[in-house]
Amino acid sequence: MIRQSSTVMRAASLLAGLLFQIIPLPSGLDLARPYLLALFLCYWCLETPEKTGLGTAFIYGLLADLFSSGLLGEQALRLVILVFLVSRFRARLRFFPLWQQALAVLVLLLNDRLIMSLLHWLVNDHALSWVAWLSPVLGMLLWPWLFVAIDMLRLRAREKS
Amino acid sequence: MVYASSSSKRFSDSASETLPLLAYLILASALMLTDHRMNIGQQTRKQLSVVIEPVWWLASLPARMWSGVDDELATRQALQDNNERLVRELQIVNARMQRMSAINVENQRLRDLLNANRNGSLQVQMVSILDVDLNPYRQRIVLDSGSLQGVKIGQAIMDAGGILGQVIEVTGNKATALLVTDADHAIPVQVARSGFRSIAFGTGEPNSLLISDIPQSADIRIGDVLVTSGMGGRFPAGFPVAIVESLKPNDTGLFMVGRAKPAARLDRGLEVLLVNEIIPSPPITKPVIGTPTPIAKPDATAEAGKIKTP
Repeated sequence: MIRQSSTVMRAASLLAGLLFQIIPLPSGLDLARPYLLALFLCYWCLETPEKTGLGTAFIYGLLADLFSSGLLGEQALRLVILVFLVSRFRARLRFFPLWQQALAVLVLLLNDRLIMSLLHWLVNDHALSWVAWLSPVLGMLLWPWLFVAIDMLRLRAREKS
Repeated sequence: MVYASSSSKRFSDSASETLPLLAYLILASALMLTDHRMNIGQQTRKQLSVVIEPVWWLASLPARMWSGVDDELATRQALQDNNERLVRELQIVNARMQRMSAINVENQRLRDLLNANRNGSLQVQMVSILDVDLNPYRQRIVLDSGSLQGVKIGQAIMDAGGILGQVIEVTGNKATALLVTDADHAIPVQVARSGFRSIAFGTGEPNSLLISDIPQSADIRIGDVLVTSGMGGRFPAGFPVAIVESLKPNDTGLFMVGRAKPAARLDRGLEVLLVNEIIPSPPITKPVIGTPTPIAKPDATAEAGKIKTP
Protein backbone atom coordinates (compact mmCIF):
# COMPACT_ATOMS: atom_id res chain seq x y z
CA MET A 1 0.00 0.00 0.00
CA ILE A 2 2.77 2.40 0.95
CA ARG A 3 4.69 1.32 -2.09
CA GLN A 4 1.70 1.97 -4.29
CA SER A 5 0.99 5.49 -3.07
CA SER A 6 4.65 6.33 -3.49
CA THR A 7 4.60 4.99 -7.04
CA VAL A 8 1.53 7.03 -7.89
CA MET A 9 3.09 10.12 -6.37
CA ARG A 10 6.30 9.63 -8.27
CA ALA A 11 4.54 9.28 -11.59
CA ALA A 12 2.27 12.25 -10.82
CA SER A 13 5.12 14.55 -9.83
CA LEU A 14 7.22 13.61 -12.85
CA LEU A 15 4.28 14.17 -15.18
CA ALA A 16 3.68 17.54 -13.53
CA GLY A 17 7.34 18.30 -14.14
CA LEU A 18 6.88 17.42 -17.81
CA LEU A 19 3.81 19.63 -18.05
CA PHE A 20 5.54 22.51 -16.32
CA GLN A 21 8.13 22.54 -19.09
CA ILE A 22 5.56 23.77 -21.61
CA ILE A 23 3.13 25.80 -19.51
CA PRO A 24 3.24 29.38 -20.79
CA LEU A 25 5.05 31.88 -18.61
CA PRO A 26 5.37 35.62 -19.21
CA SER A 27 7.90 36.24 -21.99
CA GLY A 28 11.38 36.83 -20.63
CA LEU A 29 10.66 34.66 -17.65
CA ASP A 30 10.29 31.57 -19.81
CA LEU A 31 14.05 31.42 -20.30
CA ALA A 32 14.56 31.25 -16.54
CA ARG A 33 12.00 28.49 -16.11
CA PRO A 34 13.14 26.29 -13.21
CA TYR A 35 13.81 22.73 -14.32
CA LEU A 36 11.17 21.09 -12.12
CA LEU A 37 11.44 17.77 -13.95
CA ALA A 38 15.10 17.53 -12.94
CA LEU A 39 14.28 18.48 -9.34
CA PHE A 40 11.61 15.80 -9.08
CA LEU A 41 13.87 13.20 -10.63
CA CYS A 42 16.56 14.21 -8.18
CA TYR A 43 14.17 13.79 -5.25
CA TRP A 44 12.95 10.37 -6.31
CA CYS A 45 16.46 9.22 -7.06
CA LEU A 46 17.42 10.12 -3.51
CA GLU A 47 14.35 8.54 -1.92
CA THR A 48 13.57 5.49 -4.05
CA PRO A 49 16.79 4.73 -5.92
CA GLU A 50 15.76 1.18 -6.78
CA LYS A 51 12.86 2.52 -8.85
CA THR A 52 14.41 5.67 -10.28
CA GLY A 53 17.39 4.78 -12.38
CA LEU A 54 18.95 5.91 -15.59
CA GLY A 55 16.14 4.29 -17.58
CA THR A 56 13.49 6.44 -15.89
CA ALA A 57 15.54 9.56 -16.53
CA PHE A 58 15.99 8.59 -20.17
CA ILE A 59 12.29 7.93 -20.74
CA TYR A 60 11.09 11.14 -19.08
CA GLY A 61 13.78 13.13 -20.88
CA LEU A 62 12.64 11.68 -24.19
CA LEU A 63 9.03 12.56 -23.38
CA ALA A 64 10.07 16.12 -22.51
CA ASP A 65 11.84 16.37 -25.87
CA LEU A 66 8.76 15.11 -27.67
CA PHE A 67 6.44 17.59 -25.98
CA SER A 68 8.69 20.62 -26.27
CA SER A 69 9.60 19.86 -29.91
CA GLY A 70 13.28 20.20 -29.14
CA LEU A 71 16.10 18.05 -30.44
CA LEU A 72 15.11 14.44 -29.74
CA GLY A 73 17.41 13.02 -27.05
CA GLU A 74 18.74 16.29 -25.69
CA GLN A 75 16.90 16.32 -22.38
CA ALA A 76 17.21 12.54 -22.19
CA LEU A 77 20.99 12.92 -22.25
CA ARG A 78 20.98 15.73 -19.71
CA LEU A 79 18.69 13.95 -17.27
CA VAL A 80 20.61 10.67 -17.55
CA ILE A 81 23.79 12.50 -16.58
CA LEU A 82 22.00 14.27 -13.72
CA VAL A 83 20.52 11.08 -12.31
CA PHE A 84 23.84 9.30 -12.66
CA LEU A 85 25.55 12.00 -10.60
CA VAL A 86 22.82 11.96 -7.97
CA SER A 87 22.91 8.18 -7.58
CA ARG A 88 26.70 8.27 -7.46
CA PHE A 89 26.74 10.69 -4.55
CA ARG A 90 23.47 9.54 -3.07
CA ALA A 91 24.95 8.23 0.18
CA ARG A 92 26.39 11.65 0.93
CA LEU A 93 23.56 13.80 -0.45
CA ARG A 94 20.90 12.04 1.59
CA PHE A 95 22.41 13.04 4.90
CA PHE A 96 23.20 16.61 3.99
CA PRO A 97 21.15 19.28 5.75
CA LEU A 98 18.57 20.82 3.48
CA TRP A 99 20.50 23.99 2.66
CA GLN A 100 23.60 22.01 1.75
CA GLN A 101 21.47 19.78 -0.42
CA ALA A 102 20.13 22.87 -2.14
CA LEU A 103 23.69 23.97 -2.93
CA ALA A 104 24.43 20.53 -4.37
CA VAL A 105 21.28 20.85 -6.48
CA LEU A 106 22.52 24.22 -7.72
CA VAL A 107 25.79 22.64 -8.83
CA LEU A 108 23.91 19.79 -10.54
CA LEU A 109 21.64 22.20 -12.39
CA LEU A 110 24.53 24.46 -13.40
CA ASN A 111 26.29 21.40 -14.77
CA ASP A 112 23.10 20.59 -16.65
CA ARG A 113 23.01 24.08 -18.19
CA LEU A 114 26.65 23.69 -19.16
CA ILE A 115 25.90 20.45 -20.99
CA MET A 116 22.93 22.14 -22.61
CA SER A 117 24.95 25.09 -23.90
CA LEU A 118 27.58 22.66 -25.18
CA LEU A 119 24.91 20.73 -27.08
CA HIS A 120 23.46 23.96 -28.47
CA TRP A 121 26.90 25.00 -29.57
CA LEU A 122 27.40 21.64 -31.29
CA VAL A 123 24.23 22.00 -33.36
CA ASN A 124 25.15 25.61 -34.17
CA ASP A 125 22.45 27.24 -32.16
CA HIS A 126 23.03 30.68 -30.77
CA ALA A 127 24.42 31.03 -27.24
CA LEU A 128 22.09 31.01 -24.24
CA SER A 129 21.11 34.40 -22.93
CA TRP A 130 22.11 35.30 -19.41
CA VAL A 131 18.53 34.86 -18.21
CA ALA A 132 18.87 31.12 -18.82
CA TRP A 133 21.48 30.92 -16.08
CA LEU A 134 18.92 32.14 -13.55
CA SER A 135 17.09 28.84 -13.90
CA PRO A 136 19.53 26.84 -11.71
CA VAL A 137 19.33 29.51 -9.03
CA LEU A 138 15.53 29.36 -9.04
CA GLY A 139 15.82 25.57 -8.90
CA MET A 140 18.03 25.83 -5.84
CA LEU A 141 15.60 28.19 -4.11
CA LEU A 142 12.71 25.83 -4.90
CA TRP A 143 14.47 22.66 -3.75
CA PRO A 144 13.87 22.89 0.06
CA TRP A 145 10.18 23.68 -0.44
CA LEU A 146 9.68 20.85 -2.90
CA PHE A 147 11.56 18.43 -0.71
CA VAL A 148 9.52 19.26 2.38
CA ALA A 149 6.24 19.32 0.47
CA ILE A 150 6.68 15.89 -1.11
CA ASP A 151 7.94 14.45 2.18
CA MET A 152 4.83 15.71 3.95
CA LEU A 153 2.53 14.34 1.27
CA ARG A 154 4.19 10.95 1.52
CA LEU A 155 3.97 10.95 5.30
CA ARG A 156 0.28 11.74 5.16
CA ALA A 157 -0.29 8.96 2.63
CA ARG A 158 1.56 6.56 4.92
CA GLU A 159 -0.50 7.57 7.95
CA LYS A 160 -3.73 7.05 6.05
CA SER A 161 -2.89 3.54 4.96
CA MET B 1 24.84 -1.07 9.17
CA VAL B 2 23.24 0.51 6.22
CA TYR B 3 26.23 2.78 5.97
CA ALA B 4 28.76 -0.01 6.00
CA SER B 5 27.03 -2.08 3.39
CA SER B 6 26.50 0.86 1.05
CA SER B 7 30.10 2.06 1.29
CA SER B 8 31.52 -1.39 0.74
CA LYS B 9 29.28 -1.79 -2.24
CA ARG B 10 30.20 1.53 -3.70
CA PHE B 11 33.06 0.41 -5.91
CA SER B 12 31.23 -2.45 -7.50
CA ASP B 13 28.19 -0.18 -7.80
CA SER B 14 30.02 2.49 -9.73
CA ALA B 15 31.48 -0.08 -12.07
CA SER B 16 28.12 -1.63 -12.77
CA GLU B 17 26.55 1.81 -13.17
CA THR B 18 29.06 3.18 -15.64
CA LEU B 19 28.21 0.68 -18.33
CA PRO B 20 24.47 1.49 -18.45
CA LEU B 21 25.37 5.19 -18.33
CA LEU B 22 27.58 4.80 -21.38
CA ALA B 23 24.87 2.85 -23.16
CA TYR B 24 22.25 5.54 -22.47
CA LEU B 25 24.62 8.35 -23.45
CA ILE B 26 25.41 6.66 -26.74
CA LEU B 27 21.71 6.02 -27.36
CA ALA B 28 20.80 9.65 -26.65
CA SER B 29 23.64 10.95 -28.80
CA ALA B 30 22.61 8.68 -31.65
CA LEU B 31 19.04 9.95 -31.35
CA MET B 32 20.18 13.57 -31.37
CA LEU B 33 22.37 13.00 -34.39
CA THR B 34 19.65 11.28 -36.40
CA ASP B 35 17.14 13.96 -35.41
CA HIS B 36 19.56 16.73 -36.35
CA ARG B 37 20.38 15.15 -39.70
CA MET B 38 17.19 13.39 -40.69
CA ASN B 39 14.53 15.12 -38.64
CA ILE B 40 13.02 11.95 -37.18
CA GLY B 41 11.48 14.00 -34.37
CA GLN B 42 8.93 15.42 -36.76
CA GLN B 43 7.71 12.00 -37.89
CA THR B 44 7.70 10.66 -34.34
CA ARG B 45 5.57 13.57 -33.16
CA LYS B 46 3.18 12.95 -36.00
CA GLN B 47 2.86 9.27 -35.07
CA LEU B 48 2.40 10.07 -31.38
CA SER B 49 0.05 13.00 -31.88
CA VAL B 50 -2.64 11.15 -29.93
CA VAL B 51 -0.47 11.46 -26.83
CA ILE B 52 1.08 14.84 -27.48
CA GLU B 53 -2.03 16.81 -28.40
CA PRO B 54 -3.86 16.27 -25.07
CA VAL B 55 -0.70 17.24 -23.17
CA TRP B 56 -0.45 20.48 -25.13
CA TRP B 57 -4.11 21.12 -24.51
CA LEU B 58 -3.63 20.51 -20.78
CA ALA B 59 -0.64 22.82 -20.65
CA SER B 60 -2.57 25.62 -22.33
CA LEU B 61 -5.42 25.31 -19.84
CA PRO B 62 -4.14 27.76 -17.18
CA ALA B 63 -3.61 30.50 -19.74
CA ARG B 64 -7.00 29.88 -21.27
CA MET B 65 -8.71 29.99 -17.90
CA TRP B 66 -6.91 33.19 -17.11
CA SER B 67 -8.04 34.85 -20.33
CA GLY B 68 -11.58 33.62 -19.60
CA VAL B 69 -11.50 35.28 -16.18
CA ASP B 70 -10.02 38.38 -17.77
CA ASP B 71 -12.95 38.53 -20.21
CA GLU B 72 -15.45 38.12 -17.41
CA LEU B 73 -13.94 40.91 -15.38
CA ALA B 74 -13.72 43.39 -18.27
CA THR B 75 -15.74 46.45 -17.42
CA ARG B 76 -18.57 47.75 -19.52
CA GLN B 77 -16.61 50.91 -20.18
CA ALA B 78 -13.59 48.99 -21.44
CA LEU B 79 -15.78 46.92 -23.73
CA GLN B 80 -17.48 50.02 -25.08
CA ASP B 81 -14.15 51.70 -25.74
CA ASN B 82 -12.91 48.61 -27.45
CA ASN B 83 -16.02 48.39 -29.58
CA GLU B 84 -15.78 52.04 -30.60
CA ARG B 85 -12.16 51.66 -31.57
CA LEU B 86 -12.91 48.56 -33.63
CA VAL B 87 -15.77 50.25 -35.47
CA ARG B 88 -13.53 53.18 -36.29
CA GLU B 89 -10.77 50.88 -37.50
CA LEU B 90 -13.22 48.92 -39.59
CA GLN B 91 -14.41 52.08 -41.31
CA ILE B 92 -10.87 53.14 -42.14
CA VAL B 93 -9.98 49.69 -43.38
CA ASN B 94 -13.15 49.53 -45.46
CA ALA B 95 -12.38 52.85 -47.09
CA ARG B 96 -8.90 51.62 -47.88
CA MET B 97 -10.30 48.38 -49.27
CA GLN B 98 -12.48 50.30 -51.73
CA ARG B 99 -9.42 52.03 -53.10
CA MET B 100 -7.44 48.82 -53.12
CA SER B 101 -10.01 46.96 -55.14
CA ALA B 102 -9.89 49.67 -57.80
CA ILE B 103 -6.11 49.46 -57.86
CA ASN B 104 -6.32 45.70 -57.97
CA VAL B 105 -8.48 45.76 -61.07
CA GLU B 106 -6.13 48.19 -62.71
CA ASN B 107 -3.16 46.07 -61.73
CA GLN B 108 -4.77 42.98 -63.18
CA ARG B 109 -5.41 44.79 -66.44
CA LEU B 110 -1.81 45.95 -66.65
CA ARG B 111 -0.58 42.44 -65.92
CA ASP B 112 -2.81 41.11 -68.65
CA LEU B 113 -1.30 43.67 -71.02
CA LEU B 114 2.18 42.54 -70.04
CA ASN B 115 1.12 38.91 -70.33
CA ALA B 116 2.42 38.29 -66.82
CA ASN B 117 0.75 35.40 -65.12
CA ARG B 118 1.36 36.01 -61.46
CA ASN B 119 -2.29 36.14 -60.62
CA GLY B 120 -2.53 33.48 -57.95
CA SER B 121 -5.37 34.05 -55.56
CA LEU B 122 -5.10 33.86 -51.81
CA GLN B 123 -7.04 31.61 -49.53
CA VAL B 124 -7.10 32.68 -45.94
CA GLN B 125 -8.02 30.64 -42.91
CA MET B 126 -8.19 31.94 -39.37
CA VAL B 127 -6.71 29.73 -36.66
CA SER B 128 -6.10 30.35 -32.99
CA ILE B 129 -2.80 29.94 -31.23
CA LEU B 130 -2.54 27.37 -28.47
CA ASP B 131 -0.85 29.09 -25.57
CA VAL B 132 2.02 26.68 -24.96
CA ASP B 133 5.69 27.50 -24.43
CA LEU B 134 7.70 25.09 -26.48
CA ASN B 135 11.45 25.20 -26.33
CA PRO B 136 12.22 28.79 -25.21
CA TYR B 137 15.41 28.83 -27.26
CA ARG B 138 13.47 28.37 -30.45
CA GLN B 139 10.85 30.67 -31.84
CA ARG B 140 7.93 28.38 -32.41
CA ILE B 141 4.21 28.43 -31.77
CA VAL B 142 1.52 25.77 -31.70
CA LEU B 143 -1.61 26.33 -33.77
CA ASP B 144 -4.94 24.94 -32.69
CA SER B 145 -5.69 23.37 -36.09
CA GLY B 146 -4.11 20.50 -37.93
CA SER B 147 -4.33 18.37 -41.01
CA LEU B 148 -7.98 17.60 -40.27
CA GLN B 149 -8.73 21.32 -40.63
CA GLY B 150 -6.72 21.53 -43.84
CA VAL B 151 -3.43 22.88 -42.51
CA LYS B 152 -0.46 21.86 -44.64
CA ILE B 153 3.28 22.00 -44.13
CA GLY B 154 4.78 25.09 -45.70
CA GLN B 155 1.77 27.36 -45.37
CA ALA B 156 2.59 30.93 -44.48
CA ILE B 157 1.05 32.40 -41.35
CA MET B 158 0.51 36.08 -40.72
CA ASP B 159 -1.28 38.49 -38.43
CA ALA B 160 -2.54 42.03 -38.84
CA GLY B 161 1.04 43.38 -38.88
CA GLY B 162 2.61 41.08 -41.45
CA ILE B 163 4.24 37.71 -42.03
CA LEU B 164 4.68 35.67 -38.86
CA GLY B 165 6.26 32.46 -40.10
CA GLN B 166 5.42 29.15 -41.69
CA VAL B 167 3.99 25.79 -40.72
CA ILE B 168 6.65 23.11 -40.24
CA GLU B 169 4.88 20.25 -38.50
CA VAL B 170 1.30 19.10 -38.77
CA THR B 171 -0.49 16.51 -36.67
CA GLY B 172 -4.16 15.65 -36.64
CA ASN B 173 -5.52 18.64 -34.73
CA LYS B 174 -2.44 20.74 -34.09
CA ALA B 175 0.33 22.29 -36.09
CA THR B 176 3.68 23.78 -35.19
CA ALA B 177 4.87 26.92 -36.90
CA LEU B 178 8.37 28.32 -37.20
CA LEU B 179 8.46 32.08 -36.68
CA VAL B 180 10.50 34.35 -38.93
CA THR B 181 12.72 35.19 -35.96
CA ASP B 182 13.84 31.58 -35.36
CA ALA B 183 17.53 31.06 -36.00
CA ASP B 184 16.69 28.38 -38.56
CA HIS B 185 14.42 30.61 -40.59
CA ALA B 186 15.13 32.63 -43.70
CA ILE B 187 12.68 34.54 -45.84
CA PRO B 188 13.20 36.14 -49.25
CA VAL B 189 12.38 39.84 -48.99
CA GLN B 190 12.44 42.95 -51.07
CA VAL B 191 12.63 46.61 -50.12
CA ALA B 192 9.17 47.97 -50.89
CA ARG B 193 10.51 51.37 -51.92
CA SER B 194 13.37 50.39 -54.24
CA GLY B 195 12.74 46.76 -55.11
CA PHE B 196 16.17 45.67 -53.80
CA ARG B 197 15.97 41.93 -53.05
CA SER B 198 17.63 40.09 -50.21
CA ILE B 199 17.04 37.40 -47.62
CA ALA B 200 16.11 38.11 -44.00
CA PHE B 201 17.44 35.58 -41.51
CA GLY B 202 16.02 34.93 -38.06
CA THR B 203 18.37 35.55 -35.17
CA GLY B 204 16.70 33.62 -32.38
CA GLU B 205 15.86 36.86 -30.59
CA PRO B 206 12.17 37.69 -30.49
CA ASN B 207 12.30 41.01 -32.31
CA SER B 208 15.21 41.12 -34.65
CA LEU B 209 15.90 39.91 -38.17
CA LEU B 210 19.28 39.94 -39.89
CA ILE B 211 19.99 40.94 -43.47
CA SER B 212 23.59 40.11 -44.29
CA ASP B 213 25.82 40.86 -47.25
CA ILE B 214 24.09 43.96 -48.56
CA PRO B 215 26.22 45.56 -51.29
CA GLN B 216 27.34 49.12 -50.55
CA SER B 217 25.52 50.31 -53.65
CA ALA B 218 22.17 48.79 -52.66
CA ASP B 219 19.28 51.16 -52.24
CA ILE B 220 18.23 50.46 -48.67
CA ARG B 221 17.77 52.91 -45.81
CA ILE B 222 16.80 52.84 -42.17
CA GLY B 223 13.02 52.84 -41.92
CA ASP B 224 12.48 50.95 -45.17
CA VAL B 225 9.70 48.38 -45.17
CA LEU B 226 10.73 44.91 -46.26
CA VAL B 227 8.00 42.92 -48.00
CA THR B 228 7.99 39.32 -49.17
CA SER B 229 9.37 39.05 -52.67
CA GLY B 230 7.51 35.86 -53.48
CA MET B 231 10.70 34.18 -54.65
CA GLY B 232 10.91 30.53 -53.79
CA GLY B 233 7.15 30.30 -53.93
CA ARG B 234 6.63 29.64 -50.24
CA PHE B 235 5.43 33.06 -49.17
CA PRO B 236 2.95 35.07 -51.23
CA ALA B 237 4.50 38.27 -52.54
CA GLY B 238 3.92 41.75 -51.19
CA PHE B 239 3.26 41.25 -47.49
CA PRO B 240 5.22 43.28 -44.94
CA VAL B 241 7.89 41.32 -43.08
CA ALA B 242 10.02 43.84 -41.19
CA ILE B 243 11.21 47.41 -40.92
CA VAL B 244 14.93 48.17 -41.25
CA GLU B 245 16.29 49.46 -37.97
CA SER B 246 20.02 49.71 -38.42
CA LEU B 247 22.65 49.33 -41.13
CA LYS B 248 26.31 48.75 -40.37
CA PRO B 249 29.34 47.81 -42.44
CA ASN B 250 30.37 44.21 -41.82
CA ASP B 251 33.84 43.04 -40.72
CA THR B 252 35.39 43.28 -44.16
CA GLY B 253 33.90 46.71 -44.78
CA LEU B 254 32.83 45.65 -48.27
CA PHE B 255 29.24 44.80 -47.43
CA MET B 256 26.65 46.01 -44.99
CA VAL B 257 24.68 44.16 -42.35
CA GLY B 258 21.16 45.24 -41.52
CA ARG B 259 18.95 44.62 -38.54
CA ALA B 260 15.19 44.74 -38.97
CA LYS B 261 12.24 44.65 -36.61
CA PRO B 262 9.49 42.17 -37.56
CA ALA B 263 6.26 43.80 -38.67
CA ALA B 264 4.11 41.04 -37.17
CA ARG B 265 3.32 41.24 -33.50
CA LEU B 266 5.30 38.23 -32.40
CA ASP B 267 4.16 38.33 -28.80
CA ARG B 268 1.23 36.07 -28.18
CA GLY B 269 -1.59 37.20 -30.38
CA LEU B 270 -4.80 35.31 -30.06
CA GLU B 271 -5.38 34.39 -33.65
CA VAL B 272 -3.39 34.25 -36.83
CA LEU B 273 -4.17 33.88 -40.51
CA LEU B 274 -3.05 30.90 -42.50
CA VAL B 275 -2.38 31.92 -46.05
CA ASN B 276 -2.55 29.58 -48.97
CA GLU B 277 -1.51 30.89 -52.33
CA ILE B 278 -3.05 29.10 -55.23
CA ILE B 279 -0.82 29.57 -58.21
CA PRO B 280 -2.67 28.37 -61.27
CA SER B 281 -0.46 26.18 -63.36
CA PRO B 282 -0.03 27.71 -66.79
CA PRO B 283 -2.56 26.12 -69.09
CA ILE B 284 -0.99 23.82 -71.65
CA THR B 285 -3.99 23.80 -73.91
CA LYS B 286 -6.20 26.78 -74.49
CA PRO B 287 -8.31 27.49 -71.40
CA VAL B 288 -11.88 26.31 -71.62
CA ILE B 289 -13.34 29.39 -69.99
CA GLY B 290 -12.83 32.74 -71.62
CA THR B 291 -12.20 35.27 -68.85
CA PRO B 292 -12.16 33.50 -65.54
CA THR B 293 -12.18 35.38 -62.27
CA PRO B 294 -9.00 34.81 -60.30
CA ILE B 295 -10.77 32.80 -57.62
CA ALA B 296 -12.61 30.48 -59.93
CA LYS B 297 -9.69 29.90 -62.24
CA PRO B 298 -7.64 27.31 -60.35
CA ASP B 299 -10.65 25.11 -59.77
CA ALA B 300 -11.73 25.39 -63.35
CA THR B 301 -8.32 24.49 -64.76
CA ALA B 302 -7.93 21.68 -62.27
CA GLU B 303 -11.26 20.25 -63.26
CA ALA B 304 -10.53 20.66 -66.92
CA GLY B 305 -7.25 18.82 -66.35
CA LYS B 306 -9.05 16.05 -64.55
CA ILE B 307 -11.53 15.55 -67.34
CA LYS B 308 -8.86 15.50 -69.97
CA THR B 309 -6.39 13.13 -68.36
CA PRO B 310 -8.34 9.84 -68.47
